[in-house]
Amino acid sequence: MNALLPDGMARVTLSGVAMDISVALVEEVQVGDYVIVHVGYALARIDPEEAERTLALMQEGGVIPPSEAAEACP
Amino acid sequence: MSVKYIDEYRDGRLAGVFAAQIAEAVHPERAYRFMEFCGGHTHAISRFGIADLLPANVRMIHGPGCPVCVLPVGRIDMAIQLARRPDVTLCTYGDLMRVPGSRGASLLKAKAAGADIRMVYSTLDALRIAEAEPSREVVFFAIGFETTTPPTALAIRRAAARGLANFSVFCNHVLTPSAIRAILESPGEAGGMRVDGFIGPSHVSTVIGTEPYDFAARTFGKPVVVTGFEPVDVMQAILMLIRQLNEGRCEVENQYVRAVTRTGNRIAQAEIAEVFEPRDSFEWRGLGEIPRSGLRLKPAYAAFDAERRFALQGITGRDNPACECGEILRGEKRPADCKLFGTACTPDTPMGACMVSSEGACAAHWTYGRFRDLARRVA
Amino acid sequence: MSVRTHRGLDLRNGRIDLSHGSGGRAMAQLIADIFHAALDNPWLRRGNDQAAFEVAAGRMVMTTDAYVVSPLFFPGGDIGSLAVHGTINDVAVGGARPLYLSASFIIEEGFPLADLKRIADSMGAAARGAGVPVVTGDTKVVERGKADGVFITTTGVGVLPAGLDLSAEKARPGDRVILSGTIGDHGVAIMSKRQNLSFETDLVSDSAPLHDLAAAMVDAGREGLRVMRDPTRGGLAATLNELAHQARIGFRLSEEAVPVKPEVAGACELLGLDPLHVANEGKLVAVVSPQAVGPVLAAMRAHPLGRDASIIGEAIEDDHSFVQMTTAFGGGRMVDWLSGEQLPRIC
Repeated sequence: MNALLPDGMARVTLSGVAMDISVALVEEVQVGDYVIVHVGYALARIDPEEAERTLALMQEGGVIPPSEAAEACP
Repeated sequence: MSVKYIDEYRDGRLAGVFAAQIAEAVHPERAYRFMEFCGGHTHAISRFGIADLLPANVRMIHGPGCPVCVLPVGRIDMAIQLARRPDVTLCTYGDLMRVPGSRGASLLKAKAAGADIRMVYSTLDALRIAEAEPSREVVFFAIGFETTTPPTALAIRRAAARGLANFSVFCNHVLTPSAIRAILESPGEAGGMRVDGFIGPSHVSTVIGTEPYDFAARTFGKPVVVTGFEPVDVMQAILMLIRQLNEGRCEVENQYVRAVTRTGNRIAQAEIAEVFEPRDSFEWRGLGEIPRSGLRLKPAYAAFDAERRFALQGITGRDNPACECGEILRGEKRPADCKLFGTACTPDTPMGACMVSSEGACAAHWTYGRFRDLARRVA
Repeated sequence: MSVRTHRGLDLRNGRIDLSHGSGGRAMAQLIADIFHAALDNPWLRRGNDQAAFEVAAGRMVMTTDAYVVSPLFFPGGDIGSLAVHGTINDVAVGGARPLYLSASFIIEEGFPLADLKRIADSMGAAARGAGVPVVTGDTKVVERGKADGVFITTTGVGVLPAGLDLSAEKARPGDRVILSGTIGDHGVAIMSKRQNLSFETDLVSDSAPLHDLAAAMVDAGREGLRVMRDPTRGGLAATLNELAHQARIGFRLSEEAVPVKPEVAGACELLGLDPLHVANEGKLVAVVSPQAVGPVLAAMRAHPLGRDASIIGEAIEDDHSFVQMTTAFGGGRMVDWLSGEQLPRIC
């Protein structure tokens, strides 16, 4: 997220490519945030802490512990 | 220069790490069959060659999560009919241009014959066209699962707010949980086409959360791991599914914690609920009629509903009888099992939707993986 | 031929009208003031309908091309410079030295003279820069709506060094595939200007004349240089598949070895495109014997247009002529022709 623009839009960049997209579907994004973009709209913000945690686990070939990852009990 | 939050999850070194973990985790005498529901995952698995990194007893089955692939022929026919009206400008995502309708028709061919059909990347482009060309009836051909539905909802609300009288939507949005349920209830599944677990969609889940998949675990006893978009995510998720099965667990797990929450994107869900309501039933190519699996515009937004605005009659399209898209979409057959694959049916001459869309199982296999068929035959 | 009229062309605000194609004074003035002025060379100065030149002994080559790129002006070039470079490159990849070009213009009624001048000047600069003059041409005007601005058709002629016979059939298993630089630059530069796609990059088209680079490769490679191609429409994927089928071999590439600029990768990521399928206008791919790899690579890297040259794969036995690639991720995939029209009017 590079810059917030009027009318619910924002400018995002990826490797030096800039694109104007809508951020109307995500709440309170700020410059510096990373978002997932689909057909011209940001759908979700990437949580940097969770991203780091996932990466750290991946480095060891580990997985998020079942108790944390599980969202339902059969 | 590395791209943050993409490159790290494509790291080949991590691929090796997980491949080793998976190889160690699998019980050699058992077969693991996982369905990746989402077309984006089908594409990623093919494009990064993940099949090469899995042991022989882990098989990925491509599910019907490709909205282009599951759009019935009749809906394409309706869109073509709409586009042929001289007052209509039909705006569509690029993938839909070459999808075959009945009798070999397509939007691309209709365009060649003079229909005003324009490729857009986003609903925002369609709105811009409607504003710029008030004398044209601009219709947006809306397809997709819950990732594209909120953008369509927003476009309709924006059109309403601006009093844009020449904008409407031909709505073909469908619902992921309904499709997963249909697969689990299908005779093939009961009859032995066994899916042991699901790689749950990434972007759809950012919108709907992980809650909607609970029924798969609770009612049908199938584990689901909601997975990120990148190949290392997929490898990690496969490992998680294998461990669930080995340990006799059956849960909905979230691998994509950096972007997906249990409850999902409330704003997006509210937009969908404001504009759309479920249809009683909607036809899916290859899966037949599925109850409460499709969306239509609510009466309050009838003015923006192209089906009502243009009094469109439903068309029952005709699939090519030799086309096996249905079995392939349900995961019962592989692309190479279809007699038409590679002969009559190629991406340049697609017979069915699985071959047209880059996320379709057949197109992905043709484009990235068909060289393995020959290896299999030789070996 | 100089044409004296009582009034010069209004190059700032004037537009092409049907009289400019009618063969009369207006057309003569257009040709003189815009085309001859920009392309100036001894042949054009003679003012004949044809250009005469000595024929070298040995084999000549001839190529023809049409340019319908949209938009006409894009970062790094325009339809004019593209036409000059593209035609030169078609001659050069066969190992021939390009000698002369012809250019015919089909212009739409209403086209701004300022734009036409800009295109002609750009062609002149490209031709002078490459040392290959446009020695003859033609102009036609069609009614408004019958041509999208301007279309340019070219012919290029050149001469082959004695004994040189580059051809795909010479490729054999064990040969290496060398690429002269980053892929996808031209296609992405074009896309950045297209209507429905609203993003900006600092990227420019790689449109460039490759005859010097090609000549250096021919010198360095000798019999070890089997064949060269420039991967334009359809990208590197199309070119390698063509070569594979013509040579009846397969290729195995390494994704990590294929150079792609970060901006190109980013743009392709955003639009769901594969850089392997995106057009280039200033790149060469060559199939080279193992012995010749060292000299050819050195010659390429010593040239400004080949600084990023790299070995991207090798030729293998394969009855099916597949182009396979080991992904950076570790698994394997095919690199197939693109189906359908990803980017219309890219060149």
